[in-house]
Amino acid sequence: MYGKKVKLRFLFLVLILLSVILSVYLILHSLKDNVVYFQSPSEIKSLVELDKKKIRVGGMVKEQSISINSNEIIFVITDFKNEINVTYSGAVPNLFEEGKGVVAEGFLKDRNYFLATKIMAKHDENYMPPEVKDAIGDK
Amino acid sequence: MLANQIGYYSLILGLLFSFLLCGVSIKDFNNINKRVNQNVFTLLFLQLIFVVVSFLSLILTFVNSDFSNETVFNNSHTTKPLFYKIAGTWGNHEGSLLLWLLVLTLFIFLFLVNSREQPKKYRILTLLFQQLIIIGFFLFVLTTSNPFNYLYPTPTEGLGLNPILQDPALAIHPPLLYLGYVGSSIIFSASLAAVTQNYISKEWGQHIKKWILISWIFLTIGIMLGSIWAYYELGWGGFWFWDPVENVSLMPWLTLTALLHCILVLERRTALTSWVVILSITTFTLSMCGTFLVRSGILNSVHTFANDPARGIFILIFLFILIFLSLGIFFLFHKENKKDLNNFFWLSKETSIMVNNWFMMYFLSVVLIGTVYPIFLDVISSEKISVGPPFYHKLIVPFLVPFLLFMALGPKLQWIKSKIEKKKSLIIFFIISVVLTFFILKNITTDFLYYTILISAAFFLFFTTLKELFLKKFINVSQVIAHFGFSLFILAILFNSILSSEIITNIKVGEKYNFNKSEIFLKKIEEKKESNFNSIIGHFRITDEKGKVVELKPEIRIYNQPEIITSEADIKTTLLEDKFLVMNIVKGDEYFNIRYQIKPFMLWIWVSVLLLSLGGLISLFKKKYEK
Repeated sequence: MYGKKVKLRFLFLVLILLSVILSVYLILHSLKDNVVYFQSPSEIKSLVELDKKKIRVGGMVKEQSISINSNEIIFVITDFKNEINVTYSGAVPNLFEEGKGVVAEGFLKDRNYFLATKIMAKHDENYMPPEVKDAIGDK
Repeated sequence: MLANQIGYYSLILGLLFSFLLCGVSIKDFNNINKRVNQNVFTLLFLQLIFVVVSFLSLILTFVNSDFSNETVFNNSHTTKPLFYKIAGTWGNHEGSLLLWLLVLTLFIFLFLVNSREQPKKYRILTLLFQQLIIIGFFLFVLTTSNPFNYLYPTPTEGLGLNPILQDPALAIHPPLLYLGYVGSSIIFSASLAAVTQNYISKEWGQHIKKWILISWIFLTIGIMLGSIWAYYELGWGGFWFWDPVENVSLMPWLTLTALLHCILVLERRTALTSWVVILSITTFTLSMCGTFLVRSGILNSVHTFANDPARGIFILIFLFILIFLSLGIFFLFHKENKKDLNNFFWLSKETSIMVNNWFMMYFLSVVLIGTVYPIFLDVISSEKISVGPPFYHKLIVPFLVPFLLFMALGPKLQWIKSKIEKKKSLIIFFIISVVLTFFILKNITTDFLYYTILISAAFFLFFTTLKELFLKKFINVSQVIAHFGFSLFILAILFNSILSSEIITNIKVGEKYNFNKSEIFLKKIEEKKESNFNSIIGHFRITDEKGKVVELKPEIRIYNQPEIITSEADIKTTLLEDKFLVMNIVKGDEYFNIRYQIKPFMLWIWVSVLLLSLGGLISLFKKKYEK
């Protein structure tokens, strides 16, 4: 039959193959659970079913819409076609202003109401997240 | 004006010298003379001088605020402090590429000067491959991102540097990172040259190890500085966010770390040759990919700055040429030597180094997929997604347990063949680690088992390396310090993430906010005027549960050019914990949005990374290799 060396090498190869398959499966599997989808207010309006998973909503902060009290900040995200109310209690980034682009991460309560857990910062006054650009079209 | 012209023409001359160098060195390649022709050195030195002159003149235009230069106009302003005028030179796309070019030419010059004992043909080939990369970068700079574009009529004032980049850590972060990235280009060129000359051997391993160590040290410190900057400047209260831009700097670090371990095998005996070459190619490709992804604007990242897609395409094409070229050379020329000993005895240091490499490759694939998958999905289905920290934590953290154990045990094995010895001390350390962890974590209810296992493994590595450090008379001291640093790093991160606490609230002047026996009091607001910004400083008094009082003064800066608001966190660092406070204006000036965090062991995260690099540094200056 085969020598001991060949057997060992075969065993080694099988082990490597198994671990590669296992790690690829693991990565893809957790990818499925951990991605966060991005949606615009208009896309949310047309949702058939509300997702319970975490999502991101992006667009512009509507003018005159920010109101603040000691434990939360309420504002409206708009893509100039539809809008959604956002409630947020947490730290806001520097460039969070009315009339500027914003991306909020959190959970949908219904089609008009979003509970944000995080608001994304951007670093540059000229920069707009690509999603927001797409979401609000050519405006 | 004049400096601008000089800079531009020296760049063109530098490119011409590249072609000249290629010609001269090809001629010299077939010369029987054993030494590299003196002309090659002269030309290379002149090329370096031209790039240096070009870079200096860009700095000069920045210092003089010469707004007839487009780059200066876009990124500088007369009111900016001198330090940031200089740092602004590489704080933008064009200037940072010029810096790449400068480091590329500097490194190949140093390489050629410091490799006199190497075979001549190998040295010349390395020079040629490196010139190929240099020509690519020259063309890139001159065609798509010329830092010396002329503006007419000359504007009277510039647009200013993005204020969040006006920071000491960020002023030196890009140069250090680039030294790491570009160092990997030398490894790339040298390994290709060695493959064509069939020179992948023990001697080559010992010689290239220096370059691997140098790039690794710079990359490590560069990444750390970026992360320190993110910690105090972005005000997110963390130091690593698994952001795509951070990930692309981590990926070459992972392959470089794998390479660093592999080379320990290669410098002792000719083994793992193909793997070393593949790792060298991968490391440089990943560094280039990093530049490509960051510069092209493809990456959807909260770090992203405005950029230009045409540049992305150029780098992409260049990248493809390099990849195909290097793979072509690898498959055509590389012959597995018959003497190669790729079968290791299962219990040996070689095997444990292979295990390290497997882990590195696994971590790499996790980070790679997490970073690239959203881009692919966007292209294929135009669905926009992002992959968050939970993905990385779930896939990486559990694997740290075996990784840490291997890190503790692997270095104890002998080269070639090792026996299982009874080591009482190891068992004792293991028990101590578990018991210690148990008592520390007793009062923590969430995920008790998970954290106990993780922290025990980290403590185990901590104790075993600590013992080596004191008892073994500094044998393998570089490895021991680096591994000790890593255990400290993991411990600091774990305790930091378990014990951190955070309060976010909106507060008015004169108001007090109470939470579990502590109190945050905003005493007053002070306004100040600086040359390029106005600042609002909040005077906070924080009383913690033990009645200890801390005064923190976070700041909001309103920059005039460009008009941007930034928050400067105030951090009180002690040996055991950081107290971190950042505030923000939301609307009007009535309420301030504040985030107060207690972050234990933050200091130790930085210290441990410095220890890791120190390990590398010692190894660089050590004559003898790993026992």
